[in-house]
Amino acid sequence: MANLKTDQKVKCFHCGEYCVGDTTHYDEKSFCCLGCKFVYEVLNENQLCNYYELSDSPGTTRKNIELGERYAYLDDEGIQNKLIKFRDAETAHLRFHVPNMHCSSCIWLLEHLQKIDKGIIRSKVDFIEKELFIVYKPVETNVRKIVEQLSLIGYEPELNLNQVDKVAKKKKVRTRVLKIGLAGFAFGNIMLLSFPEYFSGGVYTGEDFRKVFGYLNFVLALPVFLYSASEFHLNTIRSIRQRTINIDVPIAIGIVAMFLRSSYEIFSGTGAGYFDSMTGLVFFMLIGRNFQDKTYEWLSFDRDYKSYFPIAVTRYRGQIEHTIPVNEIQINDRLKIRNQEIIPADVLLLSKNAEIDYSFVSGESTPVNIRKGERIFAGGRLQRGPIDVLVQQEISHSYLTQLWNQLPDKSSRKSGFQQMVSIISRWFVLGTITIATISFAYWYNIDITRAVNAFTAVLVIACACALALSAPFTFGNMLRILGKKGIYLRNADVLERLADITSVVFDKTGTLTELESTVVEFHGDDLCDEDLRNIFSIASSSSHPLSVLICKQLKSFSNRDNIQNINEIPGAGIEGYVNSNYIKLGNHAFAGINSVDKTDFKNSRVHVRINDETKGYFLFRNKYRISVKEVADKLSQNNYQLSVISGDHEGERPYLEKMLNNKSALLFNQQPSDKLNYIKSLQDKGHKVMMVGDGLNDAGALLQSNVGFALSSDINNFTPACDGIILGQHFNKLAEVIKFAKAGQRIIIISFIISLFYNALGLWFAVQGTLSPVIAAILMPISTSSLVIYTVIASSIKARRLKLR
Amino acid sequence: MQVILILITASLLVATGFLIAFLWSVKTGQYEDDVSPAVRILFDDETNQSDNNSKS
Repeated sequence: MANLKTDQKVKCFHCGEYCVGDTTHYDEKSFCCLGCKFVYEVLNENQLCNYYELSDSPGTTRKNIELGERYAYLDDEGIQNKLIKFRDAETAHLRFHVPNMHCSSCIWLLEHLQKIDKGIIRSKVDFIEKELFIVYKPVETNVRKIVEQLSLIGYEPELNLNQVDKVAKKKKVRTRVLKIGLAGFAFGNIMLLSFPEYFSGGVYTGEDFRKVFGYLNFVLALPVFLYSASEFHLNTIRSIRQRTINIDVPIAIGIVAMFLRSSYEIFSGTGAGYFDSMTGLVFFMLIGRNFQDKTYEWLSFDRDYKSYFPIAVTRYRGQIEHTIPVNEIQINDRLKIRNQEIIPADVLLLSKNAEIDYSFVSGESTPVNIRKGERIFAGGRLQRGPIDVLVQQEISHSYLTQLWNQLPDKSSRKSGFQQMVSIISRWFVLGTITIATISFAYWYNIDITRAVNAFTAVLVIACACALALSAPFTFGNMLRILGKKGIYLRNADVLERLADITSVVFDKTGTLTELESTVVEFHGDDLCDEDLRNIFSIASSSSHPLSVLICKQLKSFSNRDNIQNINEIPGAGIEGYVNSNYIKLGNHAFAGINSVDKTDFKNSRVHVRINDETKGYFLFRNKYRISVKEVADKLSQNNYQLSVISGDHEGERPYLEKMLNNKSALLFNQQPSDKLNYIKSLQDKGHKVMMVGDGLNDAGALLQSNVGFALSSDINNFTPACDGIILGQHFNKLAEVIKFAKAGQRIIIISFIISLFYNALGLWFAVQGTLSPVIAAILMPISTSSLVIYTVIASSIKARRLKLR
Repeated sequence: MQVILILITASLLVATGFLIAFLWSVKTGQYEDDVSPAVRILFDDETNQSDNNSKS
């Protein structure tokens, strides 16, 4: 093995990454690459260096700065019109999603765009949504120029045409907040106006005041009943039409009963009514709903598949290229895909070869080589272009789209918990109405007023708040805690399915092994420093991940030598002359080696030839995650059945057997479909299976499993098939996550029991016809708030015990 | 005792004022981005003529 040195570390002034390879110096500052230096130059030229004073090294690394024709489609009028939100004679408005903004420097720079492009009048950032709002003069600049400018300084906007939904969502959130505000306002004021009645029974206030207070309460409660509570009413009507009973039915019954009875009492002058309890109930329920919605939107899992795709593509008609919107692609269209563009549909490659990066859909970082005539799946990003392709499937039929479309299968399976809630809701409604009728019948012959009182009081006090609140608050808090720990779940259902898991299946590559810490070894002749330096020089001119790894290993050579006649062939290798030595780096065919050592052919190799003499090869060995044994031990202690499936050969079997207990199943040489079938076979044996994989090639298995986790280093790159993402460094928490999910279910059941106790207490007063507004006003807020507090505190304590906080 | 009616009217008017202020602030999206305004105010403005009303 060659002697590889490390040098002292220099941080890039722009992006803060350690400079590897050719450090560029400019203005007495160090930059890791030309891209970073370029951004600095642009900012320096426009007196925007304040950017670097607001936070340390705020930039993102700019290794690839060639945009080429990537945004050429933005010259198309029709596409521009789709992006421009508003336009008049002199100005136009644009709104972009800019995922890269992350600090105060970003805000500052993005709000000073007018210094870089004089055509921009002003720009404004919404940091939470990571959105940039630009007003510009169409005469002086255009969409393409702005987008390219943004990309060059490292803030590439994410362009897609279906941003309309977002506005609708925003509006929904606003309406909900308005409803909550209104209900809270009414709740507080009605409570205040009801106090004299509660404490003195109306003795000190007298009849006039009582009436005035009553009418005021009615006026305050009316908008709450009509506006804030409207979604409960509407959902109830809808569910009755469908002849089912959902959770909103008991809530709406309670609200309507309280409203009618209170209005009657006030206008007949017989009592003070339960308006405070009613508005309080609406207030708490809406807060619960809001919380629930928030947790469901935790991650944008329900991103439409379209957001993956480019906006427009170049199509050949005859020999003429023209730009069309992506949804107009038809089968047998010939498309031109440019460097760094995303493949919009499943296509056949017409060019000689291509390198596709599927990390967008699979999280796998190594590009895949495709040869002429082979299929490329939608969602891959072209590494080097341009290429010509022939469309095989319309967008709506592509593999990626189908993955999305299969999703409802999983989510529409009503979870056990939802089923339980709807069953309990049904019994709850039935139960309260029965109790109400029985108490009415009991009092009917004794005292008709008391009978009516008892009947309505039962409907008023029977509160389904535990059903509506405990699950959102428990699961919501749990999702939040897990999210902080780098474990993101699609929604609350996943937590629930997680609790029932009996068997865990791991994918090997990229899951148990770690891509980020690949070990590079050199096998072959001892290389002298000059050879290594030459290899470094050649490798540093390529952005192929394996070249980058080689450069990282050889980083002691900080400056590269002059290279001539460099030639990179995608999918094969790179060659060129350094100091009049002819260097070749590449796969065995490229390096002209016939005898391939079969023992570990799965580990990637880069062969080295210097002046037509084979020197040896670099071997890239995947390392196992440190925590694999720990996780496996914990899981098997808790009687989970473990399996490892791998597409690789059996070479690693002894090592894996040592790490896992001997009951675990180890399967090798598995195709993606085998993985899926294996999970099916486990499920047929009655197992509930959790699959931990990495992405596209086990997407089927992830989808088939009861809970599919994808391990990823980037939460923005994940396969739509998974139920959750675990960041690589948090893999060791896997066993605890399952335990946590189980604890969550216990917490909810306990909260149901607590609420049963409150309801029994309330009903005890109600059936006797002696439920005074004061008792309702005390019982209702206490029961709801104590439930919420219990669920949140209990789940937080559990998380602390499991060291998830 | 009649003074209570006046006081209640006054208090309700004030409260309604705040309610309207709240509704207005929600409708103009003031609760949506609570990070950038806090950062923005600390920037030294040299040529910052951008008006801060969000037309979003």
